[in-house]
Amino acid sequence: MTVRLGPWSVRLAPRALLVCAALALAGCTVAVAAVATGEYTLPVRDVLAALTGDGTPAADLVVSRLRAPRVVTGLLVGAAFGVSGAIFQSLTRNPLGSPDFIGFTAGASTGGILAVVAGGSAMTIAGGALAGCVTTAALVYALAFRGGVAGHRLVLVGIGVNALLLAVNSYLLTRANINDAATAGAWLTGSLSGRGWDHAVPVAVALAVLLPVAAVAARPLRMIEMGDDAARAAGVRVEAVRAAAVAAGVLLSGTATAAAGPVVFVALAAPQVARRLTRSPGVTLGASALVGAVLLTGADLAAQRLLAPTQLPVGVLTAGIGGAYLALLLRKERH
Amino acid sequence: MTVSRLSAGDLTLAYDQRVVATGLDVAIPDRSFTVIVGPNACGKSTLLRALARMLKPRTGAVHLDGSVITSLPSKEVARRLGLLPQSSIVPDGITVADLVARGRYPHQRLMRQWSRADEAAVAEAMRSTDVADLADRLVDELSGGQRQRVWLAMALAQETPILLLDEPTTFLDIAHQIEVLDLCADLHEAGRTLVAVLHDLNQACRYATHLVVMKAGEVVAEGEPGAVVTPELVGHVFGLRCEIIEDPQTGTPLIVPEARRRASAPA
Ligand SMILES: Nc1ncnc2c1ncn2[C@@H]1O[C@H](COP(=O)(O)OP(=O)(O)OP(=O)(O)O)[C@@H](O)[C@H]1O
Ligand SMILES: [Mg+2]
Repeated sequence: MTVRLGPWSVRLAPRALLVCAALALAGCTVAVAAVATGEYTLPVRDVLAALTGDGTPAADLVVSRLRAPRVVTGLLVGAAFGVSGAIFQSLTRNPLGSPDFIGFTAGASTGGILAVVAGGSAMTIAGGALAGCVTTAALVYALAFRGGVAGHRLVLVGIGVNALLLAVNSYLLTRANINDAATAGAWLTGSLSGRGWDHAVPVAVALAVLLPVAAVAARPLRMIEMGDDAARAAGVRVEAVRAAAVAAGVLLSGTATAAAGPVVFVALAAPQVARRLTRSPGVTLGASALVGAVLLTGADLAAQRLLAPTQLPVGVLTAGIGGAYLALLLRKERH
Repeated sequence: MTVSRLSAGDLTLAYDQRVVATGLDVAIPDRSFTVIVGPNACGKSTLLRALARMLKPRTGAVHLDGSVITSLPSKEVARRLGLLPQSSIVPDGITVADLVARGRYPHQRLMRQWSRADEAAVAEAMRSTDVADLADRLVDELSGGQRQRVWLAMALAQETPILLLDEPTTFLDIAHQIEVLDLCADLHEAGRTLVAVLHDLNQACRYATHLVVMKAGEVVAEGEPGAVVTPELVGHVFGLRCEIIEDPQTGTPLIVPEARRRASAPA
């Protein structure tokens, strides 16, 4: 479907638009449900009143201070993981090219653990995670670089670095004192509990800056999926696009990990689900962001309610869902 | 003297440590149908990739319209010069029409994604490569020959005055080979400059207006096929003993390999 206006023309895929609208609706529904329910259930009317600033003080505390920041952080982190995963899967032409498989998330964990051991505050841990993620990405990129970075080499080097970092992480945990190890262990499963606005804001800023970058890079990224030569022949500046996309993807997964810990599988699953839903060839950033957001908030809601009053960290649930999904994906891939 | 929009001087071409060619000088005559032939691994694709700025030469430079090609904006080059690489990757789940449409990339911008010119170019490219009937099929699910024609359609949709084709006839049956070469000849007659790598010497002689013969990274002969192709040259370049007769259809050289003398009769 083409929309033309004077010299402008934009191509739209009706199916993708429909899917995105449905996902946005699902995201809103999950968000409202997560804010309204819990140990203390509120009618939707009270939730809306609290959000617009004229609710009762009690409702205001529960909604604006406790639940809303957690849900918003979940939506933003999910979106960031989704986009980051879409970028790297496109660059590597491989679902296993997600940031949680090629070492970036493990690197963020290393940074986070080191910050915990150094006795850091929540903010230091976040900073450590971001630094760890960026450093690892730089390392993987440098090791995989041979006059350009081919996708499969990025995956292979990344998987190697990932294994190495996981070993380092285990070692660090065994060496840490018992309290630090417990704190770090909790952080390592990935969790949204106790997240406040100060966790949401950095992710929101990262998304605001990097989503437009990713959106502009999406078309050339799709060209690069056909091979470097084919893309260059069509006038794509392959190295520049790739560098920009890598930077955006690393920073997104880094800030997301900093906010919620290394929540696994969202970055892997979101782009794959988005592609199957929209049936569009190649990278689908918008839909991936939405699927990521719905997936993470949905999983978090389930993690809070499934075994209530016991609260599971969301990372446990995404790992469970993701593991099953991955097995399914690999099964399908074989034939 | 012939004029050349596209030429290369003193090229050293190498991958990492492996030097493929040194001191290579090539000029593609304007409005020619230039065909490059040579044995496997002699550097044909490498030369083509260098001409299309896919490969940065160690020394020397490629010139397009008088400028060093790498100094020109990437999309600008892509509107003048197109390349069909020897192999490309089919993105998962893409339809023929979508893939061909990607050839329009250099003509598009973020806010001009699909003009009427794009539409017309894609339709024409699909028609001339005989893939219009496949428009809604998934490229993954096509035969090798159909797929090759789709890639060719994508290169054509780019509508460049200069078009480089690396083995455009691979995977094609004999009828489609001739069809593609006839299509190239039509494009050439319509004023485009074509450069193609071909393996079939007889086809090369039939269609080329300018033949470039390579061996081990060097151009050993170039010119009009009738003046260039001799049994000595074929023997020297391909190590093949042959006889050359006149093609009964076109009068161009026709290479007839010498039959291997039968070994002793089976016992
Ligand atoms: N990406 C690469 N990295 C390293 N060496 C390469 C690469 N591509 C080609 N080569 C080497 O460069 C030489 C020339 O290869 P090229 O592809 O140009 O040959 P060609 O003449 O096109 O052969 P063919 O007829 O088989 O297509 C070969 O020795 C090949 O092994
Ligand atoms: Mg070749």
